[in-house]
This record gives sequence, structure tokens and C-alpha cells, in this order.
Amino acid sequence: MEVTDIHPLVILFAAITTDNILLARFLGMCPFLAVSKQVKSSIGLGTAVVFVLTCTSVLNWIVYNSILVPYNLEYLQYIVFIIVIAAFVQIVEMAIERISMSLYMALGIFLPLITVNCAILGGSLFMISRKYTLLQTAGFGFGSGLGWMLAIVAMAGIREKMKKAKVVPQLEGPGIALIIAGIMALAFIGFSGVMKIN
Amino acid sequence: MDKILLAIEVLCGISLALTLLLLVAEFFFANYGDCEIDINNGDKKITAKGGGSLLSTLSEDKVFIPSACGGRGSCGFCKCKVDKGGGPVLPTETPYLSEEELKNNVRLSCQIKVKEDIAIRIPEELLSVKEFETTVESITDLTHDIKGVRFKLPEGETVRIKAGQYIQLVAPPYDEVHEPTSRAYSIASRPSDDEAIDLIIRLVPNGIVTTYVFEHLKEGDKAKLVGPFGDFYLRDTDKECIFIAGGSGLAPFRSMLYDMIEKGIKRKTTFFFGAVGLRDLYFVEEFAKLSEEHSWFKFVPALSGKEEGHSYERGLITDVVARSFEKMDNHEGYLCGSPGMIDACVRVLTAGGIPEDQIFYDKFA
Repeated sequence: MEVTDIHPLVILFAAITTDNILLARFLGMCPFLAVSKQVKSSIGLGTAVVFVLTCTSVLNWIVYNSILVPYNLEYLQYIVFIIVIAAFVQIVEMAIERISMSLYMALGIFLPLITVNCAILGGSLFMISRKYTLLQTAGFGFGSGLGWMLAIVAMAGIREKMKKAKVVPQLEGPGIALIIAGIMALAFIGFSGVMKIN
Repeated sequence: MDKILLAIEVLCGISLALTLLLLVAEFFFANYGDCEIDINNGDKKITAKGGGSLLSTLSEDKVFIPSACGGRGSCGFCKCKVDKGGGPVLPTETPYLSEEELKNNVRLSCQIKVKEDIAIRIPEELLSVKEFETTVESITDLTHDIKGVRFKLPEGETVRIKAGQYIQLVAPPYDEVHEPTSRAYSIASRPSDDEAIDLIIRLVPNGIVTTYVFEHLKEGDKAKLVGPFGDFYLRDTDKECIFIAGGSGLAPFRSMLYDMIEKGIKRKTTFFFGAVGLRDLYFVEEFAKLSEEHSWFKFVPALSGKEEGHSYERGLITDVVARSFEKMDNHEGYLCGSPGMIDACVRVLTAGGIPEDQIFYDKFA
């Protein structure tokens, strides 16, 4: 089966579960460990990632296929993708501040931080290397964002419950968080092969 | 070669397009048009361009809300009541607002962005706060890092201050500083002197305004002052006063003492002035003379350093205060100095028996 034949919805679900960008590819680990102490703030960050990842994947697909490919400049993809992501985040921040102050407050510092989240850049690079179509890219971007959010919210939930648990002192904080992430990743990887997307 | 040029062109083109897009977006999203600010239910109405902070927008229209930190959100002085507009309370404000204030829509004006019509309420007297274009009459070295600066008011202009209040000095942009910056300094001159204002300024390493004063300001220069502000003044009771100052915190007490002398207030007063070494002391002779002339006033300089060859009290100012009084049941405390010194002194005074609401202070934030 050709990659282009895969239905975008399949890609979406696969990106959430079997091909979870965080737990299967380990991209975006830094905020995953740093901002997963509370469910509330992890939902805020997750929402921002879903939105930015979806939009920038699509934007970057357009830029890549309509500018870089015709000029044979595919090797510029890294720098171009980063600029596009940075500019997009800036515009979104201005727009949100104007339109919804409460959303702006909820996202807070997370929005600008997302610019350097490697899951965002990873999403754009995967859709290029897997040769997705525009629709597939949209599904992949949205799914990856949702998958990332699912992972961080689950992590935050676990860590909130863990507060009462006794952890070996040497493993408190990031140590136990990494172990939990590893176990979660095992669970997600258990599903790999159910849906094939590349 | 062509390939490299092409790559550069495409990269520049994409950057340019994105920059233009950002500018367009800024024009649409960050342009809030003209907003109307209603002060005290219609007492004064200001129409200003939106986008700036409430504090700076108001000051552009000559309404001055006191702010000791100059709008960085670190002093919590620029509170005002916002009846309409202003958006939700920001996390940068909450540390400075009590629950009571939050309930009453009190906000920090430096953190509110003017994006819509806003209705605010501020104390009546703030509308009479003035901006003075003064001339520097004299600059005196008081110690190695403290200068006394005398600002002469323009001809015909007078200032009405309560002894103990402070005023803001505005430093114009200089060197790497691109914005006018203001900081608060207590007034050291007596209130009856309404032609000039004395400030005592201590050099803060890398401080924007103090560096300006120490390195750029010369006699004869113009300087902008805004004020006066503050509720640090002698309360109208007959309790014994304990004044405690450190460093440049001596300023408001000088003003208060001369005011007491002129008004014939003879409350028993002890003034503790804490410093590290002899080189940090100033105005000692002046205060010693006052204390000789007036039996109700006692001046106690105290040095915390290990220096020999002086007869002043030794030790931290808190210890000196604590051992000077057996009990403090009929006393009021007035403090001016660094936050650390004030917190320590408040502990000593409350331990001595002064209720917290009878301790007044100006913290140099």
C-alpha cells in the first residue's frame, strides 16, 4: 500500500496512539517533564501544542511543496520551518491576546515556549520524510498534537496521584517522572503495528 | 554559485514575507484605537491611544499614580480601583493584592493594558499631583555613596508636601537606557521650604536613576520631579516616637524633625540611624545639634562595623533599638530603609509591644 493511500483519519488516530510523538518518538520531552506537575497547566500547554502543531504542519507543508521543492532547496527545510513556526506563534499570541484574554491567561508563558518545542518541528519533519499529502499532514499534525496532550495530561494525572506515594528519595522529581514516562511508552508501543502509517 | 544565491534569496524572501505578515498582524491585533479613560466618575476624562499600560497612559496625560519601581510590577504602589474594563487580574498582580482589594476591583495600574474604555477611581489628591521642571541647585557628597541633591522649583511654582512623603525623580534616556525612568526618593527638606526640594540619593549598583544622578547630573541641569506621594508622615497622636533609618532612609526623618520643631510638636522622639562604618555617617553634627537644642529629641547613630575610635552605639540597629527600651507600650514606630532592615525592625518593635498598625514605614523596593 502506498503512503498516499492511507486515510487521513487513520493517520490521525495512529498519531494519537500507536505513533504517539511523545511516547513513541520521545519528542518534546522537556516540557513533558517540566510542566506535568498539575493537570490544569498541562491541559493549557497541551491545547497550545495541538493548535500550533496542526497549523504549523499545514503551513510548513505548503511552504515546503510550493517554495522549497520547485527551487530544489529541500535542504533549507530546518531553518525555514523554524522561522515559520516562530512567526506563526507570534501572530497567534497577538491574536489570542486581542480576542480572548482568558485563553491568553490560561496559555500564559507556554505559547512562546512552544516555538522551541521539538515536537512541533518534529511534526513538520515527519510529514516531509513520510511524503504525506496536505490532508494527511493536517490529520497527522492534529493527531500528534492530541497525542502529545494525551500523554502530558496522563502524566500530570499520575504525578498528582504520586504526591502521596513514597518515592525513593534519590528518584524524586525528574527521576521518577522519567521512569513513569518509560512505562507509559511501553504501554503505547504495545499497540504498534495495529495501524501502519509510514 | 547560483544555487547559493538562490538559497539566500529564497530564505530572505520567506523571512521578509513573514516579517510583513507580522507587521500586518500587529497593525490589526495590537492596534486598539483610541480609548477613553474615565477618572472618578467623570471628574476627568482622557482619550488616549490604546496599547500602553494604564500607568504610563495616565502619566502621559499628567495624571500621576505613585509608583516607586517605575512600572516593573515590583513595588505594588500603583494601585487603583478599576470599575470598568481592564481585563482579568493577572498573575503578576496577585502577590500585591489582598483578598479585600481583589473583591473591590483594585488593580495594579502598571500591569493593566489599555485596550478598551476604562473607568477608574483614584484618590482625589492624586489629580493634584504635579510635574515640576526643576533646576539642580547643588549636589553635595554626603558619604562615599550618598549624594544630597537640591532641586530648585521654577519661578513662581510651589510644592505642598507633608513631611515624610516622597517624590519621583525622572531620569531622561542616557547611554544604553532608552526610556525615561523614574524612581521614588523621600524628601529631606522641610515642608515650609516650598521653593526647593532636597533629596538624598544613594548609589545603587547598576541602578538606572542613581547612576544617572551620580555620573551625569550636574549643577544647573534641568530635572523632572513628579509628586509628592505617600502616606508616610507623622501620625497625630501623643505617643513617643521611635524613628529608625538606614542609609539614605534618613531623608524623611530630617523633614519630619524640622516640621515638628517648626510646629512646636514636642513628642518624645528617639532617632536611630544605622550604618556600617564611620564613612557611612552623614548629617550627624546637624542632628546632634538638634538634640542639644531640643530636650525631647535624642539622636542615636549606631555602627555595625568593627571600627575603633568612635563613641557611637555598636551593633546591628535592631539590637541597639531593642536594648534602648525596656518596654514599648506607648510608642509609635517609623521606619525607612531597605526591606530587610524594615522587616527585622518590625519584628523587634512588635516584640517590644508596639501593635503592627502603629508601625509605619517606607520600603525601598
